[in-house]
Amino acid sequence: MSTVLDIIASAGLWGAVLRIATPLIFGTLGALLCERAGVLNLGIEGIMTFGAMSGWLAVYHGADLWTGLLVAALAGAAFGLLHAALTVTLGLSQHVSGLGVTLFASSLSYYLFRLIVPLAGSPPTIVPFAPVSLPGLAGLPFIGPVLSAQTPPTYLALLLALLLAYVMFRTPLGLAIRMTGENPHAAEAQGVNPMAVRYGAVIVGSALMAMGGAFLTLSAFNSFFPTMVQGRGWICIALVVFASWRPGRALFGALLFAFFDAFQLRLQTAVDGVPYQVFLMTPYILSIVALCVMARRARVPQALMQPYRRGER
Amino acid sequence: MRFERREHRPLALVILTPLLAIAAALALSGILIAAAGAPVLEAYWRILVGAYGSRLSATETLTRATPLMLTGLAAAVAFRARVWNIGGEGQFYLGAIAVAAVGSQLLGNAPGYLSIPLLLITGAVAGMILLIIPLWLRLKFSVDEVVTSLLLNFVAVLVVSMLIDGPLKDPLAFGWPQSQAVPDVAMLPKLVFRSRLHWGFGIALILAFVIHFAQSRTVFGLKSRAAGLSPEGAVFAGVPLARTLLLVACVSGGLAGLAGAIEVMGVKGYVTTDLSPGFGYSGIVVAMLAGLHPLGVVLAALFTATMFVGADGMSRALKIPSYIADVTVALSLITMLVAVFFAQYRIRR
Repeated sequence: MSTVLDIIASAGLWGAVLRIATPLIFGTLGALLCERAGVLNLGIEGIMTFGAMSGWLAVYHGADLWTGLLVAALAGAAFGLLHAALTVTLGLSQHVSGLGVTLFASSLSYYLFRLIVPLAGSPPTIVPFAPVSLPGLAGLPFIGPVLSAQTPPTYLALLLALLLAYVMFRTPLGLAIRMTGENPHAAEAQGVNPMAVRYGAVIVGSALMAMGGAFLTLSAFNSFFPTMVQGRGWICIALVVFASWRPGRALFGALLFAFFDAFQLRLQTAVDGVPYQVFLMTPYILSIVALCVMARRARVPQALMQPYRRGER
Repeated sequence: MRFERREHRPLALVILTPLLAIAAALALSGILIAAAGAPVLEAYWRILVGAYGSRLSATETLTRATPLMLTGLAAAVAFRARVWNIGGEGQFYLGAIAVAAVGSQLLGNAPGYLSIPLLLITGAVAGMILLIIPLWLRLKFSVDEVVTSLLLNFVAVLVVSMLIDGPLKDPLAFGWPQSQAVPDVAMLPKLVFRSRLHWGFGIALILAFVIHFAQSRTVFGLKSRAAGLSPEGAVFAGVPLARTLLLVACVSGGLAGLAGAIEVMGVKGYVTTDLSPGFGYSGIVVAMLAGLHPLGVVLAALFTATMFVGADGMSRALKIPSYIADVTVALSLITMLVAVFFAQYRIRR
């Protein structure tokens, strides 16, 4: 029992929580934005992979880290455009299009990576984001060490969560997005163009997803390898439901999830006799449990997964 | 610009649709091949030769198509009823490890005519169980099965990894995490002498016809299609929705589990965590390429296997990453979706 308490009381754990949460925050916010406008974006897993690859590649070829993050966001936006064209303009099944985008984006990442970076014994690396400590906070007990272990994209993720919450519930734009996700016909009657709103939400949301992927290669690690996203995208999709489509709760959900993940990582080394795979399974099982607990209570955007065609019901 | 549903679809259009989609996908990946500085046409020619150029490569392509046919059928049956089974990969692995466990621990040296059917059923049941979980969660808690079946893929692979690292570990594998082998008598006989092609190919082919018959000529087929087209309408018409979906899940999960079982019993004999190069995920593409038609699945699986087997040799010769096969297959899924749309709708200004 005391080992468990020791783990929870360590600043290292909480530093890791923020680090593990960052890609999930980006991804969950991105998926949430898409779904609030009525489009399920299962392209997330592939878009995160492509973000991780393209951001890393840009930095590897001499761009600075922020440019790398921007490159990833633009690449994500491009895949968002593809998904929007398929699901908004053509009104195809959002499930199938999303899976198509995931398969395409991830295989294209592997192809381009292998083409540009030939197979080597040890993968080439870049110099990732360094932790920065915010002036004034570094001296605080406990919070100081936790925050000074963080890199700038983590702060960006936290700010984005606040920004998205503000835009979604305090601005006309947010109202238009939510209306489009609830009832696009009513939105159009109010002078909102549902097609444009959906395009915008999917493109921006996909850019956020790709930034989450880029965090993995530009901050958490320093190299790219296939399958590095490891289902994080799918976990984000589950987190959106857990968060009941609210940015604040999405932030909380991502942090809670990261807490369990960081905790199980440390428990692995502290507990003997249990296969490590049992610990690795917990994040996925936890996501499923969270979905079951929240699915009934969650307020699903009413027009989610429904294509909108003008003049058709 | 708006789209208008075509009232009449000429047969030529229906046949041309998948061909045009694949041509478009090949053209698009051609751009990627050209970007790599390789001759595009030669690359495709080498893929074809690599896949069918010799007796060995042709049988290899058919061997590769076998699990794809089964996971493709699994996805097609499920999607028809709008059961979004994205968990084929996990079901494949669970079927495989169940076969390895029962085959190596329980059967001893039971004769093949007993052990082979028993193991095939074992694998199918394991796959079924893994799909029944998300379906049950959907019916009970209204949780979208897309995400749950996807997440279970990761769980299943970790279960396999745990078992082949622990109780099922082969002590003779020099420390490699690899399961104990299925006894030789329980291996599927070869279909072609001195090749890897085994009777699993025949089983998959027969199942494609059986499922085609079941879907087009039986009450089950009607009910599962009704459940997919409109759940409310199906209930109104007296279709027991939960029971129908459960049956669909059993068939779909069973097929994916069977794919894993057959891959172990036909090719490898044991299980590792890289037994499947994404057969479960590719099965989804195969099903979509086939327009969810069981016989189309056979052709789509052959196309996909051709790309994967052919790309290996082509990539070595032309120095192009073999991931080009994955890109082409993924692109053909997207072009197929678009092509099917334009076969159903026309553009009106």
